[in-house]
Amino acid sequence: MSAPVLKVEGITKSFGGVQALRGVSLDIAPGEIHCLAGENGSGKSTLIKVISGVYEPDVGWIEIQGQRFSHLNPKEAISLGIQVIYQDFSVFPNLSVMENLALNNELMDKRRFMNYRRARAIASNAISQIGFEVDLDERVENLTVADRQLIAICRALLQEAKLIIMDEPTSALTKKEVKALFAVIKGLQARGLSILFVSHKLDEVFEISERYTILRNGENVASGSTADLDRKTFAFHMTGRQFEDEYYKTPTMKGEPILSVRGLTLHGAYSDISFDLSAGEILGITGLLGSGRTELVETLFGILQPDAGQILIRGKESRIKSVKDAIRKGIGYVPSDRLTEGLFLPQAVDRNLVVTVLDRVSNRLGFLRHSQIAEMCQKWISEFSISVKSPDFPVMTLSGGNQQKVVVARWLATDPSILILNGPTMGVDIGSKYEIHVLLRELAAKGMAIIIVSDDLPEVLACASRILVMRAGAFVQELDPAVTTESKLSELSTGIA
Amino acid sequence: MIPMERMTKRSEPYVLAAIIVLSLLIQVRSGQFFSGNNLVDLARSLIVPGLFSVGCMMVIVSGGVDVSFPAIASLAMYVTDKILLASNYSGNVILAYAISAGLGLLMGALNGFLIGFLRLPTLVVTLGTSSLYTGLMYGAFSASASDVPLAIAMHGKEILFTATNPTSGLTSNMPVHILILIGVLILAFFLLRYTMLGRGIYAIGGDEMAAERAGFNVRGIKMFLYCFVGVLAGITGIVRISMMSYADPSTMLGMEMTVIAAVVLGGTRVTGGMGTLTGTILGVTLMTILSNSLILIGIPSYWTRVFTGAVIIIGTGVTAHQTITTRRRHAQAYKAAA
Repeated sequence: MSAPVLKVEGITKSFGGVQALRGVSLDIAPGEIHCLAGENGSGKSTLIKVISGVYEPDVGWIEIQGQRFSHLNPKEAISLGIQVIYQDFSVFPNLSVMENLALNNELMDKRRFMNYRRARAIASNAISQIGFEVDLDERVENLTVADRQLIAICRALLQEAKLIIMDEPTSALTKKEVKALFAVIKGLQARGLSILFVSHKLDEVFEISERYTILRNGENVASGSTADLDRKTFAFHMTGRQFEDEYYKTPTMKGEPILSVRGLTLHGAYSDISFDLSAGEILGITGLLGSGRTELVETLFGILQPDAGQILIRGKESRIKSVKDAIRKGIGYVPSDRLTEGLFLPQAVDRNLVVTVLDRVSNRLGFLRHSQIAEMCQKWISEFSISVKSPDFPVMTLSGGNQQKVVVARWLATDPSILILNGPTMGVDIGSKYEIHVLLRELAAKGMAIIIVSDDLPEVLACASRILVMRAGAFVQELDPAVTTESKLSELSTGIA
Repeated sequence: MIPMERMTKRSEPYVLAAIIVLSLLIQVRSGQFFSGNNLVDLARSLIVPGLFSVGCMMVIVSGGVDVSFPAIASLAMYVTDKILLASNYSGNVILAYAISAGLGLLMGALNGFLIGFLRLPTLVVTLGTSSLYTGLMYGAFSASASDVPLAIAMHGKEILFTATNPTSGLTSNMPVHILILIGVLILAFFLLRYTMLGRGIYAIGGDEMAAERAGFNVRGIKMFLYCFVGVLAGITGIVRISMMSYADPSTMLGMEMTVIAAVVLGGTRVTGGMGTLTGTILGVTLMTILSNSLILIGIPSYWTRVFTGAVIIIGTGVTAHQTITTRRRHAQAYKAAA
């Protein structure tokens, strides 16, 4: 193996009294795709910031192409060929593709004037490097997330990057886009670039990287060749806990169904959907994005109105007119994008928790009863083991898993008899994911009827007592998770054997 | 060539269409709109709001909002006026512009410091300084309507040409100040389009964090921006009093709202990052026609405020609607592709 493009040794960094990194080491060879994994708060972001020169480490050193540094500043890191592609891609949505590609370059060259002909040349050179086809005059805000990411990658290449650090690059991409991104990454590798791929998604680590480093609580816990890694050890290293594979079995408390759907149709989204849901059941609905799965559950929650068909709640035909109506009928819905639909991020945890039940915690004049709110929040926080220092901390200071628990807890506060979760663990780390799964099984065992919509197939297999696969707006098959495999599920949802 | 599809997404064509329809309507009803003197009157009324709107647009593009420019213009021109009167100045008007611009620069720099370096919110800062400068003008300088020095008065009488209405015999003079507006527009156009500083203003309005990471000097750009607005306001103050031939401290106060409305009407995005000089001038022109020419077709002047309000709501409503529909179309395309 040739000399590493990057080597960091014994990096320690603390903020105030908090130790973010304790003696972390990492090395990346030229042309290697290296995966940096770890749960939220494990120190991944801090390590990236040390490498890119944003933070100065307390102890330890960084070696880049044989040169050793005790710390770097951002400009030095860039001139040494280190480029970070942030989760938000750092693009200018209001400017053209051409300017987005050329501006950084022009600033590095200390230009005072803007020469559009030169900018166009720079930009077309940049996109041709990875064979990316895009209209240079289009404004970036009109592009898809995946295209914005490619722009960030092209821009990094312009700065003669030797190592590109990608911070959770797949979190906002569809499966198809992830595939395209991986092809681009492989192409970069073929040209001798090294990639540090930051992720907590196991499948991606397996698919793309040759070697991995896992951090936990700011320490190296494991590193080595990805080929030697399996699902269980990965989960163990990430969380420090052993997980058992479990299946959920419906307890024998069936009786008549709580929810029945007959021939439900919404033109352009789904058609002729029928199913029954009983207390104690966890129904998994899976399918690709655009298969109509989200529209279906949004109809059940009163966000969309069906064009035809019936919804029966406890055998009685019901029309769910609005979200308010759905809540009154005992339905709770945890949306797929908790950041934009589910939570008030800058608001405190307690306010987020009680927002669905404000009428129950206020007195006759409409004033809130604060002692009751405090009591209720304390109960949910301890019951769900939401890790937050105080209920008046803003929700955005919590990790993804804890945020998700807040959303779920908020709906449980309304005492729903039917709880619908759309992508219940999207963007949540493994530990919290496991806790959420356990919680859902407990809730169902106590008699709640649950619907999970998810394209995370292992999750559907592990949680659901029954699986319905949707494709192009229709149910294609009902499956028993105990005798179904992931490949069978993905075959059915894509229609490709 | 800009493709047709991209053209229809911009608001300039709509504002231009509104101007044409409105002027034809007034022409048909009164026969007075396209007369030489009316057009010169319009151009005359356009100068001061036009000058203000250039700076105002640039601030909104950067993601901020400035409501202090009328206060800066008023205090700068008033102090300049008093200094020159007290010293019995009899020289060139250039000195008046220089002093007023200098005072504007200082006042703008205070905005720039508070916004760029202390990172305080722009609306709050400029509301504060606006009140501060107005208060100083009335308190410390006990301002009231005052004469202007000879140089400024003479400057106000310099005209390029006179237009006479053949039927009514009324005349209107085109003041030289229109050249200042044209000069400022050319300068601003060059600055915004061909300098990294100008592109930086757009970049900050698009994503300030990304601008910082790309290597733009964000503080410096903001400092420049508010100083530029200050200088422009100082100059505008002198333009105003020389055209009026007396220094009325209250004549410009309150203009911020109509100027901001005109800028937004011209397609400048309130959240920053987008805006053109063409759109801005079209917006100012439309607002000026509303306030100047509706009287030609017998609509009482207080009704013009109702029309102005309606145009602002419709104009910004159309822009907002376009943004929503494009976004929806993209979301659908995205879903179909997935």
